Amino acid sequence: MIPNDTPTSQVPSRPLDSQARPGNPAAVGPRPGTPVVGAPQESTTSVWPLWEVFVRSSRGLSHVHAGSLHAPDAAMALRNARDLYTRRNEGVSIWVVPADAIAASDPDAKGSFFESPQGKDYRHATYYTKSEGVKHL
Amino acid sequence: MTTPETHTAETTGHGDISVGVAGSGDSSASATRITPGNALRPEDIALEVRTGLVKPSEDVAEYALRLGDDALILAQRLGRWISRAPELEEDVALGNIALDQLGHARSFLTYAGGAWEKSEDDLAYFRREHEFRSAHLFEQPNGDFAVTIARQFVVSYYQFELYRRLTQSTDATLAAIAAKAVKEVDYHRDHSAQWILRLALGTKESRARMTHGLKLVWPYVGELFVDDELTTRLAGAGAAVEPSSLKADFDRLTGEVLAEAELEVPQTPVAPGGGRRGKHSEHLGYILAEMQVLAREHPGASW
Amino acid sequence: MASQNLQPVPEALSPEEQERAAQLEAEGQAYFDRVMADDSRIEPKDWMPAAYRKTLLRQISQHAHSEIIGMQPEANWISRAPSLKRKAILMAKVQDEAGHGLYLYSAAETLGQSRDKMTDDLIAGKARYSSIFNYPALTWADMGAIGWLVDGAAICNQVPLCRASYGPYGRAMVRICKEESFHQRQGFEILLELSNGTPAQKQMAQDAVNRWYAPALMMFGPPDDDSPNSKQSMAWNIKRFSNDELRSRFVGMMVEQVRVLGLTLPDSEVRFNDETRKWEHGPLDWEEFKEVLAGRGPCNAQRLERRREAHDDGAWVREAAAAYAAKQARKHAEKEYAA
Ligand SMILES: [Fe+2]
Ligand SMILES: [Fe+2]
Ligand SMILES: [Fe+2]
Repeated sequence: MIPNDTPTSQVPSRPLDSQARPGNPAAVGPRPGTPVVGAPQESTTSVWPLWEVFVRSSRGLSHVHAGSLHAPDAAMALRNARDLYTRRNEGVSIWVVPADAIAASDPDAKGSFFESPQGKDYRHATYYTKSEGVKHL
Repeated sequence: MTTPETHTAETTGHGDISVGVAGSGDSSASATRITPGNALRPEDIALEVRTGLVKPSEDVAEYALRLGDDALILAQRLGRWISRAPELEEDVALGNIALDQLGHARSFLTYAGGAWEKSEDDLAYFRREHEFRSAHLFEQPNGDFAVTIARQFVVSYYQFELYRRLTQSTDATLAAIAAKAVKEVDYHRDHSAQWILRLALGTKESRARMTHGLKLVWPYVGELFVDDELTTRLAGAGAAVEPSSLKADFDRLTGEVLAEAELEVPQTPVAPGGGRRGKHSEHLGYILAEMQVLAREHPGASW
Repeated sequence: MASQNLQPVPEALSPEEQERAAQLEAEGQAYFDRVMADDSRIEPKDWMPAAYRKTLLRQISQHAHSEIIGMQPEANWISRAPSLKRKAILMAKVQDEAGHGLYLYSAAETLGQSRDKMTDDLIAGKARYSSIFNYPALTWADMGAIGWLVDGAAICNQVPLCRASYGPYGRAMVRICKEESFHQRQGFEILLELSNGTPAQKQMAQDAVNRWYAPALMMFGPPDDDSPNSKQSMAWNIKRFSNDELRSRFVGMMVEQVRVLGLTLPDSEVRFNDETRKWEHGPLDWEEFKEVLAGRGPCNAQRLERRREAHDDGAWVREAAAAYAAKQARKHAEKEYAA
């Protein structure tokens, strides 16, 4: 996990621009609108890293992002997630993922990443109208 | 519309996949769907007692009182951590354990009260100190987080062995309460064991505190495993187990955790206890004074 | 998480770079404006105006602090709850508030502020939280009044925020609102039980309602004409209704409910204005509000001290767990290396 002697537990061990955790405003490169950067915080070895929690609400369903929490390690993150996110029977299975292990798509690349499928109606059943009314098709 | 369950052998084509997806698949996946679930609640036991469906024998009631008092006093202690824990996540975790214990207490006390036409609240709020049956361990102060974990460690390993066996009790209500409780206490074991490891092997300071915490609670371990006439009679009838019969498993399992944590089993002198006979530590009076003060200011009132 | 800000501060930009930056800024602003106009959602890594980020961060962290400090007046009564059922309910409720604070801190963390920093600001007295939690919970009936009035007001505030323009905030609010649903009801039930109880109990209930009524109304914030930032927040969809609008709705609901309780509101000027179609209430002491907010309330020092104590007392535990995790990781890495 995260070595104890890093300035804070959130220091990524790789280049900042590649594996930023989602929601890290400063990690995708200096863009206008991101807050002015301050000096790193004082060394606090007691700060636990952030984890993202995914909960399966019942068998047959996917795990869905439920929220985040802090925990010193994976074992405790799972337990904290159980205590926090399943107090009202919300789940039958939990995943926890270190927040800084999530690679996210670049929000600035919305066009090139996500707009290509638009207009490709032939991928959808509704495009094929001639078979309407034919049984079991 | 077809769903996967109603597909027949003759069905050709793929059916309407979207229906299956919409009906039972991911579109209903949610991380905030909440339900009360289905489990034995103190209110269910109260109803059974009130309608005369169950009534404990004098011996079983006395025994349920012991288990109920243990859990109640511990819940009272643990409740103090909520808003004071080392991290918010732990506020929630300790809160869950306290609520589990309080639930067990309410079930046992409700059942015990059935023998004397008393409610859980009559028993919790209107008995005097010498009428309580809790063991001294449960009365021990929270201390720092390490002391609380040490106490919880002993309690949960003890309660697990006890409830595990009580699920086989010839007394159906005791067995039912134990069946609900044993799963919860199993999680308490895990929680305390995880913390024992982290505190023992974390920093120098935490190790010192953990060692000290165990030393503080260990004198009260012995009392948990003492048999007396009541437990002997109940064990003979198959309604309960002799506390002494839990000791070997308790020693083995706690020993494994302590060994992994590179800790010694504390060699502290054993305190005589006496809680089961109404002879308590100095702490109980204060616990009860605080717990009972409001209820006693308004005797007979309903809340 | 200031470490996320390890970005080197950009050196002086060349003219081309400056132009490119300005262009990105304009594109970002245009996208942001479109999102606001469509009532859509901004997500953490999206471009957002610096002022939006700052305002959000302040709003969410204040909200989180309020949940956490708000645990104290009620935690104060867990040990003395007059029945075991009420004890369980209260414990679960206060525990929920810890969860709420936690969800909200997490939402704020997506904006680049660590929980630890926010906690430190709170403890240092640099951050604000809802002023209502600086009043003491003096009797058991306060558990009823807090649940009914304070959680009630909070719910009024929070339900519209489930549609807040900032995704993580809105999602946290959805979860919180689901959990809150029992908080107000249990408070109402406590008061109802007291009101139907002995004369002493009823008196206790009325006294608690009298004390919490005005502070609860002030939870919606200063009157609209004295709330300079409200307009901008509403334009940004991180505030959905004005302070006075929500307060008026809340008063209307309380008027109905207090009758069921068999109690009265300590306000002879409550009335429905047929012209404006809005509920009105008597004057509120905004001087007191400002005093309490400025730190001069009955319990400000006590609340902060309690938070500080828990945080400081927990430091060695947090350190131990972090150290253990580091050691385990090192052991694991060595094993991998040896293999
Ligand atoms: Fe809340
Ligand atoms: Fe701190
Ligand atoms: Fe609440």
